[in-house]
Amino acid sequence: MSKGVDVNLENVWIKFGDFVAVRDANVDIKGGEFFSFLGPSGCGKTTILRAVSGFLEPSDGTVRIGGKDMAGIGPNKRPTALIFQNLALFPLMKVWENITFSLEVKGVSKADRRKRADELLDMIALPDQGDKLPSELSGGQKQRVAIARALCAEPDVLLLDEPLSALDLKLRQHMRTELREIQQRVGITFIYITHDQGEALTMSDNVAVMRAGVVDQIANGHSIYNDPATPFVASFVGENNVFRGKIKSIEGEMALINTNRSGELLARIATAARGKLKVGDPAMMFIRPEACNIAADTAPAPNRLTAMVKHEEFEGQIYNVFLEGAEGKEIKMSLVNIGQHRQSAEGDNLTLEYVPDQAVVLPVGELASE
Amino acid sequence: MKAENFLLKFILIAYLVVFFGYLLGPLIVMSITAFNSPAFPKMAPWECLTFEWFDVLARDQRILSGIQNSVIVGIGTVFLSVIMGLAGALVLTQIWPKLRATYYTIVIAPILIPGVVLGISTLVFWDRINIMLGFSSGSFLHNGIFLTILGQSTFIASYCMLVFIARLQRFDTGLTEAALDLGATNVQAFRKILLPFMKPAIGSAAVLAFLASFENYNTTTFTFGKFPTLTIELAQKVRYGINPSISSLAFIIIVLTVVGALVHEIYRRRQQLALANGAPVAAVTGGFQLPKFFRGNPAAVILVLMALGGFSTIWFAQVYNPTECKVDVREQKRLIQGERIKAIRQKQLEQQQQKLLKGPDVFGGSKTQPPAAAGDVPQSPGKGAFGNVFDPGNLDKTAPQATPEKPVQSPGKGAFGNVFDPKNLDKASPQGN
Ligand SMILES: Nc1ncnc2c1ncn2[C@@H]1O[C@H](COP(=O)(O)OP(=O)(O)OP(=O)(O)O)[C@@H](O)[C@H]1O
Ligand SMILES: [Mg+2]
Repeated sequence: MSKGVDVNLENVWIKFGDFVAVRDANVDIKGGEFFSFLGPSGCGKTTILRAVSGFLEPSDGTVRIGGKDMAGIGPNKRPTALIFQNLALFPLMKVWENITFSLEVKGVSKADRRKRADELLDMIALPDQGDKLPSELSGGQKQRVAIARALCAEPDVLLLDEPLSALDLKLRQHMRTELREIQQRVGITFIYITHDQGEALTMSDNVAVMRAGVVDQIANGHSIYNDPATPFVASFVGENNVFRGKIKSIEGEMALINTNRSGELLARIATAARGKLKVGDPAMMFIRPEACNIAADTAPAPNRLTAMVKHEEFEGQIYNVFLEGAEGKEIKMSLVNIGQHRQSAEGDNLTLEYVPDQAVVLPVGELASE
Repeated sequence: MKAENFLLKFILIAYLVVFFGYLLGPLIVMSITAFNSPAFPKMAPWECLTFEWFDVLARDQRILSGIQNSVIVGIGTVFLSVIMGLAGALVLTQIWPKLRATYYTIVIAPILIPGVVLGISTLVFWDRINIMLGFSSGSFLHNGIFLTILGQSTFIASYCMLVFIARLQRFDTGLTEAALDLGATNVQAFRKILLPFMKPAIGSAAVLAFLASFENYNTTTFTFGKFPTLTIELAQKVRYGINPSISSLAFIIIVLTVVGALVHEIYRRRQQLALANGAPVAAVTGGFQLPKFFRGNPAAVILVLMALGGFSTIWFAQVYNPTECKVDVREQKRLIQGERIKAIRQKQLEQQQQKLLKGPDVFGGSKTQPPAAAGDVPQSPGKGAFGNVFDPGNLDKTAPQATPEKPVQSPGKGAFGNVFDPKNLDKASPQGN
């Protein structure tokens, strides 16, 4: 199979009339990488993908595939294949004809096409289903046919637009692993779009988080989760407790925040914010629910806060504990289920504690609504 | 309550009977007249079962060439209208959204313009073009077929476009994009994705276009030139009086329509059945298995029986010979006429005797009454006054070209003498000569 090639977006702007759908995007995707765009609905993910596949030209900036400027090159001339949000299988063609459509338009003989189709059908674990119509397949099977059809074109870059969004949870999880496996096998560049952070984090080498046409952060899943670049990323990816306040002191990577309602708390300054925060600046501090724990020692400390348990939810592997701190500040804590039956603590006053390294400080910014 | 229900049901049934009678009655009457022997199409009194009108039809050169012209025009119109309609519908999906409503109004307008206007304007327009190009008056721009196809297509293309728009609205443009993305050129995407999707609509539009073209009169009447279509021929014929061969043509058209509709319906039902059962279409389209479809559909059974009836009549026509019946009917009529003549003579005799008894002045007054003299018959036909001269037996000698059946064909107004007028004979069955 062909080796994947780099895809670069340089200062790409995309406008629909006066509406700016993508604002100054700079994204570098390395060859053979599984790269995801993550963002809420309507943030411009599909728009970026359409610019890469050639269905629309950027209003400004350059799209490069394999180092080559793609301006003026139509979708049928680009080394990309797109798996559409709704799959777009050809309803009147049989499965095998769907898969080998890219060969048919090149004039490959029917016998050769059939042979190639059978190979690909084997690969997607759908042998002997080639003579069915797409309408006679299940959702997951259609999904795999769409992937096979795109792979049959032997693209250097495979673009996937939320291909799993229509599937149920179990199948989605199964297809995630399968997609990742396929990607590793064929070794081409995958650009994957999703608004499901679980998908983005589990499958991707790198993730770009988008907010309303702006790319907020590009990093691997670990960094996105633990070291968010903006309050939006911190609140959109995973769950977070947000504390607003002012910076009281800075010491190396760590900062002491004078929060509005929960006293003075210690946290690490996010990598993206280093050198941008001064003492006295307003700031936002984020503590993940799973970073919190019940403190054995109740003495006040800059990594402890007190709150009353409002109610608890049992979710299988974790307990979600909803607490109310000073002045009605809502705090969420997740405790791992370690087997013993946990005594419900509703109404109790607890002291929480966290590892300061797991809390991050960022300059004030927009949060993800939700 | 029960009585009310009954009444309601009765009204409903009565309504249905009236409704279907209104719809189908004329067709049935017309079909029956095609098999009755009188030369003027009529259902009652039933005289003799005959197939000669089909023969007459088959030998009518004008009707035949009319059909031929209609088919040529129809095929031409189908081609032109389907292509223009498809192009028009495609433009509608591509055009700048703000222009869409305006564009739609413009291309749909020909349906609203009277056909007569379209006919005249087609004629005038192409005449102008002809003059502008400096062609002679006999050029193809004046050709009846050419003009008729163009004239009809102006509005039939709009019909086709409506069919295509309806189908296109259900087309997922993502499919075209997918094809392009997989390396197809625009032409390939059109040919391999959009065209197959439009195929059923193209079929419907073609049938619609052909039927609309075949039955068109008011546009064609201005454009046909030297190539009258079937509708034009029929209209011209009706002006000079008709005979049941037109009924037989109608019957053939009805049978063809019924058979066509039936075949289409069977095909459609089978496909639905196949999809409903989840079987692949290919599995059901092969092999013959109708019973299930018939069980739930008495109308289909009736239609099949009607179609079978049509075919068996054709077969029967080869075997059955109505001459004997006709001779019988003629004989009967002659007897009845003879009786009547006798009665009238009796009366006249009595009157004369009375007059003779009353005197000559009374005789003069009786001049106003139609005299019984044989020479006066042509002036007063239709009143049953004729002499022995018109004995049907003599006719064979006076009109040797006419087939023996002729006298029986048009006793339409009960006026035997009228029929024997040689002029009328020619009109009633010009093909016979
Ligand atoms: N052809 C267009 N004309 C005008 N605006 C458009 C067009 N296509 C997209 N937009 C706008 O651009 C923005 C981004 O759209 P896009 O389809 O990229 O969203 P998305 O991130 O893919 O969302 P989703 O997750 O719901 O698919 C939206 O606000 C949308 O309304
Ligand atoms: Mg999208």
